[in-house]
Parts: sequence; structure tokens; C-alpha cells
Amino acid sequence: MQTLVAYVENKPGVLNRVSSLARRLAINIDSLTVGPTENEEIARMTIVAHTDERGAHRLEASLEKLVDVLLAENISGRALLERDLALIKVAADQQNRPHLMELIKVFRARVVDVAPESLIIEVSGTVDKIDGLLEVLRPFGVLEMARTGRISMTRGSDLLRPPLLDIEVSAVESEVSKVNKHP
Amino acid sequence: MKLTGAEILCETLTRLGVREIFGYPGGAILPVYDALGKSKLHHVLVRHEQGATHMADGYARASGGVGVAMATSGPGATNMVTGIATAMMDSSPIVCITGQVSSKVLGSDAFQETDITGITMPITKHNVVVTQTGDIARTLREAFVIAKSGRPGPVLVDVTKDAQQATAEFEWDACMPKLPPKRIRNNHDQAEFDRAVELLNTAKRPVVLAGHGIMVSGAMRAFEQFIRAGNYPVAMTLLGIGCFPAKDPLNLGMMGMHGEAWVNNAIQEADLLIAVGMRFDDRVTGDLRTYAENARKIHIEIDRAEINKNVKVDAALVGDAREVLEHLTPHIETRDHSAWIRHINELKGDSAVRDIQSLPDTGHLYAAHVINDLWKETRGEAIVVTDVGQHQMWEAQYYHHDRPRTLITSGGLGTMGFALPAGIGAKFAKPDSEVWVVVGDGGFQMTMSELATIVQEKINVKIAIINNGYLGMVRQWQEFFYDKRYVATPLVAPDFIALANAFGIRAERITTRAEVIPGIRTAREANETVLLDFRVEQEDSVYPMVPAGASLHDMIRRPHNPLVETASDE
Repeated sequence: MQTLVAYVENKPGVLNRVSSLARRLAINIDSLTVGPTENEEIARMTIVAHTDERGAHRLEASLEKLVDVLLAENISGRALLERDLALIKVAADQQNRPHLMELIKVFRARVVDVAPESLIIEVSGTVDKIDGLLEVLRPFGVLEMARTGRISMTRGSDLLRPPLLDIEVSAVESEVSKVNKHP
Repeated sequence: MKLTGAEILCETLTRLGVREIFGYPGGAILPVYDALGKSKLHHVLVRHEQGATHMADGYARASGGVGVAMATSGPGATNMVTGIATAMMDSSPIVCITGQVSSKVLGSDAFQETDITGITMPITKHNVVVTQTGDIARTLREAFVIAKSGRPGPVLVDVTKDAQQATAEFEWDACMPKLPPKRIRNNHDQAEFDRAVELLNTAKRPVVLAGHGIMVSGAMRAFEQFIRAGNYPVAMTLLGIGCFPAKDPLNLGMMGMHGEAWVNNAIQEADLLIAVGMRFDDRVTGDLRTYAENARKIHIEIDRAEINKNVKVDAALVGDAREVLEHLTPHIETRDHSAWIRHINELKGDSAVRDIQSLPDTGHLYAAHVINDLWKETRGEAIVVTDVGQHQMWEAQYYHHDRPRTLITSGGLGTMGFALPAGIGAKFAKPDSEVWVVVGDGGFQMTMSELATIVQEKINVKIAIINNGYLGMVRQWQEFFYDKRYVATPLVAPDFIALANAFGIRAERITTRAEVIPGIRTAREANETVLLDFRVEQEDSVYPMVPAGASLHDMIRRPHNPLVETASDE
């Protein structure tokens, strides 16, 4: 499993280009999250892909070839903070409710909705933590679940910032018109 | 100045230096055609939109500029798909402009509506739908920059009909291309560079692999200086042919599936491969597990995604070929490879004897003779545009190109039907050059309707059909690997002479070797298009051949007597 971060133009169709590229390279995506950054014109993606280091390099380099992708980087080997968030609706009756509440406390999760027959639990953390909670909740009856997929960030001074350098367009344009004009 | 979107489109193309547009009109692009009529642009009416894209491609490859193709929405746009994919695989800069239904009805399955940007997403470098008149000029300018910069490729711009019809303020300086900022990824890693220099200066048996990227980068001079500095033998990829003169003693010829034995054997025995602007295609490497096992590898390549894709390399220099080579050449200290070059010459062994050109003339006609005579008669100076298959490989083997952009061929995608339209495009790019379309009887029948385009445009290209009555390359695979079961490869063709005449084109049939040179001369002397139908040996095969997936040194050699003579059934 490899984790990549990409800064992309925050506009329609970009998600399609990114996912279509992964499909074309025959790389399966385990999770892909996207959301705006502090600059609303730029969105940030965290892509977790079923591939090896070589596949991740190919995905990273190919992503960066897309016009709408400003930067793509494989951050798998680096010191990372990763978070996943889940809402889990679990069956709960009067009898097992106290037991459930105990488990929720152990996992530092929260109850965000209470109904006569069920609870909704919100939990965030690493994938392993959420998987662990899910495992212990299963016997009670998991009725529904929604997960965001992972978001990742490198720790400390290891900064991943979108580039500000513009590619030199005017030179290319004048070259094109020069070549086209003179056979 | 207020203009309609259609007028803005034509004005923008004109200012970008475009002279010809290859296209086909239709409902959703009609406003643009109306504006075209009032512009200085010359529109070449094709007979099928696939032809328009191949023409734009041939134009781009022959000129080094950007080719432009145009079509309407729906079927017009989908017919472009093959040509776009061809340009993508061979990094050819073309801009395709398609009409689209009005933005108000987008997504409603309107008449001739198709999601062409969705369809072409994986086969374009970039594509975009324009629904606002005010965005047309900027988007087109961006399309040209994207198509031409870095590793080139096709860009499709889909313009809705209402955007073409509405008016907007047009001012050139106000519609500057605005592309997202990019990190510059060129490799300035000194350690990587130093490793490459060390490898270059310690290699005993180096071979340079020269690819299309040298031409794209315009690195021919830098490349030659690099080769001279190190006295390196050079093997060519199919698309690299022309970037280094064939007549140079250091040029070994084409490598790969149909490369000569000594070229492939030299690669297999090398201790250093220096790959420049090429991507280790499977047709070049054969089985990757046994590919140049004892060689270290340096990869000079602008596209970072190509590094370590197929072949793991020891030093990767990411960047424009010319810049990297100019940087690298002054560091070359070792240039005595005479023992190695002598050894490569010995590898040639009896290859020359087996070569069909060295065998006695029986009068029977072989494709290799035709190509070789064409090379001699044109003194190697023509632009040759080929299709795909046996004739393409014979061209690569027997037409010796000394200048860049003189062999135009579909390499990566292997698109049959490419030659005739691409040849037309090449002629528009280089009207003063002699253009020869070399094409099989199969591929010719795929796009031969473009003969009408030739007549309508009154252009002068020479067409050589290498006619063997088979889909020859597939037949050859059936002969070698399917026990000669020729399923669906025998091919009935029309009478090409009568066909050409029906279009108003002069044509001649050539059936014996003695007629080849006179036929070529007559065609060259004519100041108009001439079609030559060469009836060559039916069951001839291209040698040597590395079977798909086999090791590069594991080739089917040319037989001692390669002269097959299929009995005539007449």
C-alpha cells in the first residue's frame, strides 16, 4: 500500500482525470480523499493505492503530467500523520448499551446519535484503530457504516506545498507560431 | 473589438501561425466554418475525420510545428479517436477542435451529442470543453502550448455551438494562456549526474540507443557531438530513425524486433546502454528479464514517468535531451572504443551475404528491392510516410535516412491506414519536398478515400503500394507461430490502377524487378500525384525477427536463401 499526496486545481473533472489515470495504469485505489486547501483554488488529495514503490513512482510522475495537477508526491516512506474518520450505526438495546459505552470509551470514540434501537458512533484515527473498533462492534450488529478514507500529512518541518512557479508559456507559443508559419 | 466565438477561434489560430486546418464540417461546428470562409486559413476537406487527425499528425511530424484537425460533434468527433491515440503514443503535437451541442442541452442526449472529452481523456495529453465565448482564445492558446511543450501530445478542445455563436470582446493580450504552476522536475541531482559521467568514462562496450526524443528536442547537433566525443556506436528506435545519419559508420541501424542481428547482439553484449529520448518499448527490448543483462543503463528522458517503467536504470537524467547532452558531453574523457566497434563489425558476419540485396536477380519482385531502389533513386532525400506492417519494417531496413523528420510512421500504436493521410499532411508541411507514401494493400484500403482529398487539393504525393495480396505481417506471424493457418489474411483488393484512375490519379502496375526503377522515375518526373502498384512476392517475410516476448538475442535469422517464390495462380 502506497500513500500519495496531490495538489490539484479545484475545478470540475479533475477527480475523474486522477481516477481514470490510476485505472489506465492498472493501479487499484484503496482510498482517495479530496478537499479544498487554505487556498480555495487548490484542492488536496490523499491517494492510497494498492501498488509497490515502482508503481507509486509511475503514478506520481504520471499524475504530475496532468495539466491540472500541480504536484504529486509519494510520501509512503516518511514520518506521517494519518487519519480516517468513520460513522458507525450499531444495534443497541437496553441490555448491551452499557457494554457498548465501555468499548466506545476505550477507543476514544463518541456517540453522536442515540435512538431506541441503535447508536451512531463517530471515531477518528488511524485505519488500524477504526478497524479494531469495528471488529469489537461487529457482534452487536453493525447496521451501517460510512468512512472518509485516509488523509495524510508529513510531520514537522517536512512541508508539502503547492508550487508557485509558472511554466514559461510565451516562449513555447512564439516557437509554435514560428515553426508553423515557415514550412 | 467584439467578435463571435467562431471568429475568435479563426483569428486565434491565424495568430498562432496556423495555415492549414484538416477537417470535416457538420452541424455543431458550422459557425466556425462560416468564419473560416472569411479568414485566411486554408481548410483541407478530408473524406473521414480519422484522415484529418493523421494529416495533422503528419503535418506536425514533418514540420516540427503543431497540426490542427477539426470535426463536428458526435460521429465527427468519435472518428478522430484512432488518430488522437496514434498521436498520443508517438508524442506528436496536434490540436483537435470539435464542435459540441449547445451548453443548454449538454447531457441531454441531443442530436449528435457525445462526451468526446470523456472518451478521449486517456488518449490526450489534455482536453477541455469550452462553453463560454470569452474562454475560446485563451483555451486555444493553452492547447497549443500544452501540445508542444515538454513531451508533446494531442490536445482536444470541444467548443459548444452557443459559445461559437455568441460574441465577446477579443483582445490578444488580454487572453494570455494561464496554466497551473508546476514544479520543475528536471533532474539537477549532482550525484545522479556524476554517476552517469563515471559510467560513461569506465564503459568498455557502450551502445547508445537513439529515440524520437532527440528529434522532438531538436537535439541532433548536440547528439552528434556527444557521439563524436565518446565514439559511441548508435542503435536507432523506429521513430529515432533520421536523428543521426544512416551513412555514419557509427550508426548500426534499427534495433528491436526487426533490427539486424548485429544491432541486437551488440545491445545484448554491451556493458553500458545510454538511452536518449526513448522509452524501452517491448518491441525494442524483447524479454525484459534477459535484456542487456550485463549492461549498466543511463536514461536521458524528459518524461519522469518513463524512468524505471520497463527497464531499471543506474542513472536517470530527467530533462530535455539537448540540454542534458550539452551538459554531459564536456565530461566525456574516454573515447577509444575501437576494439568494441571492431567486434560489432565482426558480429555482422554473414548478414550481408544473406541480405536480399546481395542475392542474384531472378526477375521476381520483392518488397525489399522496391524500397532499396526507391532509396537509391531519391538519393535518400524524400520524406517517406509509411503505414504499418511488413513494408514498414522493410522501409526501416532498406531506406537509409540521413536527415531528421524524413521518416514518418506510426510506431507506438501501429495504426493501419495512417500512411496516406499522414503523407498528405506531410506534403502540406513541406510543399517543396518529395513525399512518398509507402503502404501495404491492406492499410491502403483503410483510408484510400483520401485520394479524393489529394485530387481536390491538387497536391503532388507519390504512392507506392507494396501489394502482396495478404495482410503480410499477420500472415508472417501465422506462418511462424500458427502453423501456416492463414485465417483472414488473404486479401482481395480492387484494381488499384482503375481505382486511382477513377479518382483522376495516374497509376501504373509494376510486376517485375526490371520495371521498378523506370516506374519510380516516371512517377518522380510527373508534376502530379502518381500511384504505383508494386505486385511483390506474396509470402515473403521480414527478417530477422525476435518473436514477441523472446529474448533480444533469440531471433529468427534471415534464411541462407530467403528468396521465396510463391507459385502464381494465374
